[in-house]
Amino acid sequence: MRRSMLFMPGNNAGMLLNADALGADSVILDLEDAVSPSEKDSARILVRNALKYLDYNNCEIIIRINSIDTNYWKKDLDEIIPLKPHMIMPPKISCAKDVQIIADYMKTVERRYSVEKEISIIPLIETALGVENAFEIAKSTDRVKAIFLGAEDLTADLRCKRTKKGDEIFYSRGRIVTAARAASIDAYDTPFTDVEDEEGLREDAEFAKGLGFTGKASISPRHVMTINEVFSPTVEEIEYAKEVMDIIRIAKEQGKGAISLHGKMIDAPIVERARQTLEMAKALGGV
Amino acid sequence: MSKIVGSLKEAIKLSGLKNGMRISFHHHLRNGDHVINMVMDEIANMGYKELTVNSSSVFDIHIPLIDHIKNNVVTGLEVNYMGGAVGRVISSGLMEKPVDFRSHGGRPSDIESGKTPIDVAFIAAPTSDNMGNCTGKYGKSACGSLGYAFVDAMHAKKVIVITDNLVDYPLYDFSIAETYVDYVVCVDKIGDPSGIVSGTTRITRDPVGLMMAAYATKVIQQSGLLKDGFSFQTGAGGASLAVAKYLKELMLKENIKGSFGMGGITGYLVDMLESGCFATLMDVQCFDLKAVQSISNNPKHREVTASHYASPTAKSAIVDNLDVVILGATQIDTDFNVNVHTDSNGFIMGGSGGHSDTASGAKLTMIIAPLTRARLSIVVDKVLCVSTPGRTVDVLVTQRGIAVNPLRKDLKDRLIEAKLPVIDINDLKGIAEKITGIPKNINLGNKVVGNVIYRDGTIIDTIKNVK
Amino acid sequence: MKIKKVATAGTLESSDIFVQVEPNENGIELELHSIVYNQFSEEIEKTVREVLNDFDVKNIKIILNDRGAVECAIRARVETALIRAGGVEN
Repeated sequence: MRRSMLFMPGNNAGMLLNADALGADSVILDLEDAVSPSEKDSARILVRNALKYLDYNNCEIIIRINSIDTNYWKKDLDEIIPLKPHMIMPPKISCAKDVQIIADYMKTVERRYSVEKEISIIPLIETALGVENAFEIAKSTDRVKAIFLGAEDLTADLRCKRTKKGDEIFYSRGRIVTAARAASIDAYDTPFTDVEDEEGLREDAEFAKGLGFTGKASISPRHVMTINEVFSPTVEEIEYAKEVMDIIRIAKEQGKGAISLHGKMIDAPIVERARQTLEMAKALGGV
Repeated sequence: MSKIVGSLKEAIKLSGLKNGMRISFHHHLRNGDHVINMVMDEIANMGYKELTVNSSSVFDIHIPLIDHIKNNVVTGLEVNYMGGAVGRVISSGLMEKPVDFRSHGGRPSDIESGKTPIDVAFIAAPTSDNMGNCTGKYGKSACGSLGYAFVDAMHAKKVIVITDNLVDYPLYDFSIAETYVDYVVCVDKIGDPSGIVSGTTRITRDPVGLMMAAYATKVIQQSGLLKDGFSFQTGAGGASLAVAKYLKELMLKENIKGSFGMGGITGYLVDMLESGCFATLMDVQCFDLKAVQSISNNPKHREVTASHYASPTAKSAIVDNLDVVILGATQIDTDFNVNVHTDSNGFIMGGSGGHSDTASGAKLTMIIAPLTRARLSIVVDKVLCVSTPGRTVDVLVTQRGIAVNPLRKDLKDRLIEAKLPVIDINDLKGIAEKITGIPKNINLGNKVVGNVIYRDGTIIDTIKNVK
Repeated sequence: MKIKKVATAGTLESSDIFVQVEPNENGIELELHSIVYNQFSEEIEKTVREVLNDFDVKNIKIILNDRGAVECAIRARVETALIRAGGVEN
């Protein structure tokens, strides 16, 4: 399940202990913005040890490494890859080549340590160029399983103010979702900026869901519950999904090639969507 | 006619206090209280010795008591709660006679029955008239409910009211009536308002606490108790309060009309009352300004005595009608016994308060606590002190799982069906130990420094000294 | 590994451990302060000495101020302090 993605500062021993117990589907252990330059070494070792010794069974583990224009990113990968996190999140990805550089280095580290698994990548797109190149980034390598929009740095690059309403990132959001779906991968929306405003968060998350995002990131654990709720299938969605699966079964039994439900043709993408909805519902105990 | 006496010293003289007697105080001024120290200093100056002090609670501000103990002014101590500063010294074995720890319900019961008869009661009152009609609802040192003080007023041989806000006779909105009062003393300040009540109590910002609160709310939802007529009590600590917040949202969404909220009242419960979640609040103690304001303005917000709240010998008490109570713990063992008297090293830093009372009465008793606190597991093989017996504790909610007392199979089945993370308490202990490692056992001394007196009058455990 | 200078790692926050290392001539000198001293002093010392051994440190003065850090955090902080003090590139 990929409804919520929670940032956790990589150098905070207390928070790492509980990272997987905060209800988020995925947790991002952050070696980048949450860690000051003088502590990059410290955070890297702490996160490596957390992965090695703590049991993070309940959620997907993502590591946000430092960007490729720093001296840190290779050391981050050297330290982390052997511990086999689920995904690596490289920040400030502007083009397919950026992803390739990282993927290539990941491969050498995987080889060096005989890591059989090919670790996935979730590029963080937070530049204007990155938004424009979203599709090529999404398709750059098989390792890319999702793309993630980061509006804070993006709005700086766009030379506009970051607002709660988000008009300024409307195009970027649409672009990210479209690019991701065109490449058959997931899309994550940017975190909501106001930690205290729960109403605003809900609206923002509903809007993102409405645009087609798979899930939403968060910098505050307090937002996780609402995000999970919003991105979980609703009762109506589950009912509809059941109807779709039923009618497809009936169509098969009757040997019909095409079938319609409520006046709409049911084709493969709709069936796939219904199947995923029911899977999620089952996992959540709703069916 | 007037009961006003010129000084505290005079009032003490007039009361007929003698060496060896028992004097009493209430703790509604909490860590902002000046009265206990003021009275004890005067008593010490007057040369009294070997007194027993019975105070519903003692906080860190009362550390001067230690000197009075060293000087033999005080040789006996009876409390329902003792803060860490005084507790640490008591744990070292300073007193010859062990401290008697009771609960908020047990204290009035034993005073009323004559087990711990009070010779002189000192009642700090934020507002009083010259005849002793007094209240905690008004005044610069307002504390709200005087719930714990009623038994002192009604059963002590002599009652001295100490106030810093004298009003004209009669104080019409009195809590304690003049019929019980012997003397009234006016002082400049009975306490420090900022220590008496919090400006506002806040729910926890700690994400782990919020997780626990979310689970706790789900347990309440699945228990079958959350319907019209629902009654609820929660602690003042961060995570406990968050449950109140989530419950309010749930009750408003599903249009559930509860009967009463109980406690320990904070602004959150007042919000629930004002939004119609409850028909009334039964208030034995106010924790913040909002609660103090509400009790003086809202007729649905009622002051109740400690006896009414929780006495095991009253004809009936509110705790016996309580649906759900949320409580904390420093330790809980695999038999669900809970320790709220000492920390993990054995130092006294708490007490039952209303813990064992509410656990005994409530239909659903929930302990919420983080599974580990700084490398110490909350779940242990054996608690260092049994404050509340396991048979009265139903559920432990942590951020890593929910343990249900085997005595409550019905509840356990419901929670499992609702896909909540139910886990055997021994397994929960295992998870904690995997994270922290296995701690060395603490070896306490052989001297009994505290008796834990349960609601039924028996001593369910003793607290030993820390070496 | 030779300890070339004073270095620190970690913080005094809850569940963390503050580690200070200094060069020394007289073998391993270890000073431990911990909020869970009664329960874990032996475990903590054992862990620290293991890390020192892994890095082949024979002479060091190490002062630890522990706020209830779990083993993997203690290892991480000690390792970080050593690397910072040994002048080894990480």
